[in-house]
Amino acid sequence: MITGTPKPIDDVLEMLEPYNKVVVAGCFGCVTVCRVGGEKEVQVLASTLRLAREAKGNIIEIKEVCLERQCDPEYLEQLRPYVEDYQAVLSIACGAGIQFVAEKFTKTPVMPGINTGFLGVTERQGEWAERCQGCGDCVLHLTGGICPVSRCAKSLFHGPCGGSAKGICEVSPEVACGWQLIIDRLKSLNQMDRYGKLIPYKGWNTSRDGGPRRITREDMTQ
Amino acid sequence: MLPCTGRIEEALILQAFEGGADGVMVVGCLEGDCHYISGNLRARARVERVAHILESIGIGNERVRMYNLSAGEGAKFAAYANEFSDHIEQLGPSLINLARSKARKPESVLEEA
Repeated sequence: MITGTPKPIDDVLEMLEPYNKVVVAGCFGCVTVCRVGGEKEVQVLASTLRLAREAKGNIIEIKEVCLERQCDPEYLEQLRPYVEDYQAVLSIACGAGIQFVAEKFTKTPVMPGINTGFLGVTERQGEWAERCQGCGDCVLHLTGGICPVSRCAKSLFHGPCGGSAKGICEVSPEVACGWQLIIDRLKSLNQMDRYGKLIPYKGWNTSRDGGPRRITREDMTQ
Repeated sequence: MLPCTGRIEEALILQAFEGGADGVMVVGCLEGDCHYISGNLRARARVERVAHILESIGIGNERVRMYNLSAGEGAKFAAYANEFSDHIEQLGPSLINLARSKARKPESVLEEA
């Protein structure tokens, strides 16, 4: 899922300072699962903003909405009736959703209520960790299902660097060495023959180095 | 109606403040004695989150508290209720209620005139 963290409330209040009638829009997708932008978070944020503004004698009217997804045009249309009557939208979807709202409703300022994080997993309740950087050329079949791009701090492809010590990465004592994980996994799978095999250079043009990416499925666009 | 404090959401407590409450006390069963296993522990975590929110917007984290007692402790409930009520009276009206009474004042002046 796409993860995120709430923006500090002071930052949000500052963004909304010029407005007194706003929509707070959540998303039932990834941000609901990581507890940062779903229906409950919309309610809490809206209440918090109303209280903070009223405490300063500057009342704000808030429409609380939660869309199935903010990254699909059909669902975004559900925002239209509100967007026209309100001065701004505070979206607590991921960065993709926030931008799509801004693209769709060009005359209304759209602001982010969260900081979007990474593609990750729920390791345990309340704890999420990165697993994928969307490089566009997956090698998980070669590396025991553990990604050298996202799990190695340097995104190395042919084993650990000198900063790996006792399975820990030098960037932080809390970060496991991605390559140690890969080697341990390959050993347990009896696939160590794959370790050390030269992998052809990775074409990063399928990743961010190729600029903003697009997927077109001809079979679906007709 | 709440069957268990575990059903309390952060938004519900915040709405009480929006509704004009100067303080909110959440009373759950004794820890380790929840019929739903961890309802009161979840409630405590939520109360703490609300306290953090209230602090971050200047209303103050002292205006919401969680108490635990068993259903048979009527006298203790009364004591907790009195304690919390005294505590809120000492704190005085919340910023929300101060802002509301300030906003109402001009009208009452007009009425008197």
